[in-house]
Amino acid sequence: MAVAEPAADRAMDEQPAQAASAPGAPAIRTKGLTKRYGEFTAVDKLDLTVRHGEVFGLLGPNGAGKTTTILMLLGLSEPSGGAARVLDLDPARNPVAVKRQVGYLPDNVGFYSGMTGRQNLRYTARLNGIDKKVAEERIERLLGRVGMTAAGDLAVEKYSRGMRQRLGLADVLVKDPSIIILDEPTTAIDPAGVTEVLELVRELARDGAAVLLASHLLHQVQEVCDQVGIFVSGKLVASGPVEKLAGQLGSGPMEIELGAAPPLDSVRVAASSVSGVTSVALDERDSRMLIVKAQRDVRADLARALVQAGHPPFHLRRRGDELDEIYRRYFSAEAPPTAGAEVPA
Amino acid sequence: MTARSESLPLRKKRKKGRTPGPVSPGPAEGAAAQAQLPGLRARWRVIAAKEFADHVTSVRFLVVTIVLTLAAAAAVYSTAGGLGGVASDVSGEPSVFLVLFTGQVGDIPRFTNFITFLGPLLGIAFGFDGINGERSEATLPRLLSQPIHRDDVINGKFVAGLAAIGVILLAVIGIVAAIGIIQLGILPSAEDVLRIMVWFIVTLAYIGFWLALALLCSIVLRRAATSALMALSAWLVVTAFLGLIIGMLAGVLSPVPADAGEGSPQARANLAMRVNLGRLAPNQLYEEATRVILDPRQRTVTPGLATDSQVSGAIGGLLSLDQSLLVIWPQFVALIAASAGTFALAYVSFMRQEVRA
Repeated sequence: MAVAEPAADRAMDEQPAQAASAPGAPAIRTKGLTKRYGEFTAVDKLDLTVRHGEVFGLLGPNGAGKTTTILMLLGLSEPSGGAARVLDLDPARNPVAVKRQVGYLPDNVGFYSGMTGRQNLRYTARLNGIDKKVAEERIERLLGRVGMTAAGDLAVEKYSRGMRQRLGLADVLVKDPSIIILDEPTTAIDPAGVTEVLELVRELARDGAAVLLASHLLHQVQEVCDQVGIFVSGKLVASGPVEKLAGQLGSGPMEIELGAAPPLDSVRVAASSVSGVTSVALDERDSRMLIVKAQRDVRADLARALVQAGHPPFHLRRRGDELDEIYRRYFSAEAPPTAGAEVPA
Repeated sequence: MTARSESLPLRKKRKKGRTPGPVSPGPAEGAAAQAQLPGLRARWRVIAAKEFADHVTSVRFLVVTIVLTLAAAAAVYSTAGGLGGVASDVSGEPSVFLVLFTGQVGDIPRFTNFITFLGPLLGIAFGFDGINGERSEATLPRLLSQPIHRDDVINGKFVAGLAAIGVILLAVIGIVAAIGIIQLGILPSAEDVLRIMVWFIVTLAYIGFWLALALLCSIVLRRAATSALMALSAWLVVTAFLGLIIGMLAGVLSPVPADAGEGSPQARANLAMRVNLGRLAPNQLYEEATRVILDPRQRTVTPGLATDSQVSGAIGGLLSLDQSLLVIWPQFVALIAASAGTFALAYVSFMRQEVRA
């Protein structure tokens, strides 16, 4: 069937399995974590738990306070209130012990441009006090893992941003961390690279690491996260497994986007005749689409009815089940006047 | 490596210290992470070693060394040439060798003046982009997320800068000594060597002040160019304009009437005021210390201020090294204090700074 149903897929192969494998102990916990800069509150009473073996996606637009949160988790910035525990350590008091076990890939990671990739990794290994021989083996293995073996002896100034990002991932793993924090790891990488990176993230979580992935790129995060937290203006407005989040938001009548062979007027009539449908209206964001509101999942009935009426549907999608939609909804709640303007592609 | 051997005795004392032993490579996260050797106190050494390697392989190191070597060679060559002509006269003088450093023949300034003048540039060259360089390369968050203390970064950078400066200075001193030995055909006495070593340490304290100042600029100012400009202006003010400013200030604070003679109490008070004000700047402290430590005939850091009664009846003689040291001790301590104070300022502002921003 040509009908899009991504949520169904995901529910099948990912969510139930992950929910079952959640007995991992909490790796990161925050309670009422707050950071204020003067009047401005960057992070507002954040409660967060990331478990071992789990990928937690911290989603939010730029400037939401994601990086500030991460810096507090690493003890690089002092909280104004609340507490954070990383592996049961207080990062504000014992930052070095925390940083020994937490690998952090900063947003827009930088390297010493005059040194080669390998030299940069060696420096990180030395700073972590890793035995030289062990470090060499590990660096070799990690360069291979991120596909940078050939470029390892090239000066970093010759790297593209994507290569730098890959080297950054290797750099994070040099210390063999049990917690991995990635800040926008997929920006500036080409689509193939993104897939590889996300696969790597998945593997790391499978090996038992706790992964905190901060990003504003929803589709990518959605693929790989067990839990997501939606983070807007310093507040965690929703968190949980993607499915549950969709459920939370899916209250009220279900909305279905419908695209079908024109003319739309007769499509509208055909759709209205399906039982359970409460209203059919033109989509204000895309005039070729209709929005069908219904009390239950009427997609199968709708498709059948339209085919019989001679208007085979080419687009049939439940609204609100994709993270994108959830995300958009939260942002439109934040900024109502511009909500209509940001139409998803 | 030194970092590791250093960490061994420490481990017993530290509660957090993990058991040493071979690190298993595989992805057994917790165990491997715990087995990694700590030795936290040695981490600044790792940073210092990397920074030092960066310094000595950098273009600026080469340029600064060449400039300083040329200046030194010119100064010493002319001094040595001048001395060579009067070798028979000076043969009775003590420490002819030291005259190479302090003597002036002709128009070319003496070697120590070159160092007073160019030393700050050395400090600025190895400090002005210390922290903002890390920022512009976006390496600071990554560096600070390694298991190090934040002050390891600034300590390591300061030590590495000072070490690079020390290497250059030693090389230049070596060249000066070599030229002297070849030109004059005399070897330095043990005391000459000791005096030069003391002078070397005093010079490091002096340049350390400028290095700390440049580091401070690199922390406070976002862009390396602005930071360099700021440090250079400070240097320019101190070397070129401070004399004028102090002269005016002394004139206001301790005026000399027009009819007062040269040896009058007012003139003397004015001179004393000028000297004391000048000591607020490291340059004058350094000059005073240099003059005494490299010339055993100097008995005071301020010959101009000695009264007639102090001078009359004094028997000309030489100071031993320990006596010279006693004379310059206040200058030396003040230089160290200036360096340490400026470094403390840099240290504090770095510790309080946000990692981003």
